[in-house]
Amino acid sequence: MSAAPQKAKPGAEAIAVTVSAVVPLNDLVTRFEFKRSDGEAFPTFSGGAHTVITMNDDGRTRLNPYSLMSDPADTSTYAISVRREDKGRGGSLFMHTRVKVGDEMTLTYPVNLFSLDLRARKHLFFAGGIGITPFMSMIAQLERMNGNWELHYSVRSEALGTYVDELKYKFPNKVHVYYDDQSQSIPLEHLLDGQPLGTNAYVCGPKGMIDWVHATASAAGWPDAQVHSEEFLKPEPGKEFEVRLCKSDKTITVGENESLLEAIERAGVAAPFLCRGGACGQCETDVVKADGEFIHRDHWLDDDQHASGEKIMPCVSRFLGSLELDR
Amino acid sequence: MSKFEFPESIKSRPVYGTLEPRPGKSHLMIADAEGAEAILGLAVQDPSLMAKTHIIYIPKGTDFGDKLRALNPAQYYEGPSYAASVQRLRHVLENAHQGLQVYLTGTEGLMGQAQNEAMQAGIPHTAIQTEHRGSVARRMQCVHCKGITEDVMTDPFVCSHCGLNLFVRDHYSRRLAAYQGVCIDAEDPGNVPEPKELYT
Repeated sequence: MSAAPQKAKPGAEAIAVTVSAVVPLNDLVTRFEFKRSDGEAFPTFSGGAHTVITMNDDGRTRLNPYSLMSDPADTSTYAISVRREDKGRGGSLFMHTRVKVGDEMTLTYPVNLFSLDLRARKHLFFAGGIGITPFMSMIAQLERMNGNWELHYSVRSEALGTYVDELKYKFPNKVHVYYDDQSQSIPLEHLLDGQPLGTNAYVCGPKGMIDWVHATASAAGWPDAQVHSEEFLKPEPGKEFEVRLCKSDKTITVGENESLLEAIERAGVAAPFLCRGGACGQCETDVVKADGEFIHRDHWLDDDQHASGEKIMPCVSRFLGSLELDR
Repeated sequence: MSKFEFPESIKSRPVYGTLEPRPGKSHLMIADAEGAEAILGLAVQDPSLMAKTHIIYIPKGTDFGDKLRALNPAQYYEGPSYAASVQRLRHVLENAHQGLQVYLTGTEGLMGQAQNEAMQAGIPHTAIQTEHRGSVARRMQCVHCKGITEDVMTDPFVCSHCGLNLFVRDHYSRRLAAYQGVCIDAEDPGNVPEPKELYT
């Protein structure tokens, strides 16, 4: 295929699926497995890819991204593992309390913002809690090509160690688990020291952990290009605000508990998106007029762009005052 | 000083920077001729670097060797040519670990070839520092016979392999560590402009 620039579309193409299994793994995490409703094979994906799942929550549409954690070569099933966030916006609670085997749902085609660098001589994985999910598919991919990897996985306790038993059973020499409640922690400096040239490090977990790995590796002389991370932000609630959409000639109100992107979609305006977590850049929108204060929360725009007030990422960022967008 | 401001050119042409000390577990500095001055400068900026530094130096007739040796680096090697030094360079990279900082300085041909070795060993090219010093001569590949001519100072020049008259382009290959030389009189054999020194 040619590399012709693609017009930003409202999201990736969707696949209709049927829930084939709901497997509770521990008090917080449940795995959901899907088959295609049309009986066809799923597209293959690459380790680290995510999908955006559409939830119909009594008329309110929720679109949440989750890492695919099944084997990328298995085209019969897609699986995600969802951690229940009791104080979240409700997407994970919906998955945990409402989704049953046999339900019809929609997933987007996989998109990968956290892929393996296959030039790496070795892959060094750092996972924290539910951050284990992208590594499950990466490990499956690497095992098939005899890749060189090791995993350092930090969990709260044995009871909350999602997939710990499975990983330790299958890869006893490659998987290292650290339990918070036993005062164990990843010996990061020691692990970064002495890795063969061309090793790439990957981290997925809480923001503090991601920052810690980046800073420690950088201080030890690791090239930035060889330290990869993925953090999906969640849209945070905030004060209601009004937005005028110039191209569509509509004025919308963004509610306290919805994101700007969700409000645009609710008004029936097609807006591009991929990750819905401030990382991919797909939903970048031009600001026509702004009277008030931006609350930028994305990882996409740089500090200068944030300060310029000319762009906003509607998936996670908000505004205090009145705003006019080129949408 | 041995610095030269290269004129602005096409995107393919490498752009060199100024070496700066960076945090690292160990440091590998590779230089030829006047590149030694850039290493001496690094040692002034951060004298503690040298205890963890391996210097590979090709004097090319200059006499900076004693000054570099006096920096007291952890390892010092002086070779008669790049070709003679490349075995050592490969050995160092083979046994190196993450956290190695690579500093290249001197002529374009040296920096390009050493960068290629470092990239093949797994270091991203964006993480390799370079600083041009000394001769502005180019390492050229004849696009017709694929032969490499080192230290080209004029444009056009005669391919040292096939004898064609070659035009010196700014089109550069990171893989070959060479600029492209293209036959200048293909359509009108013998009609060759007077060779001019580069950048004059």
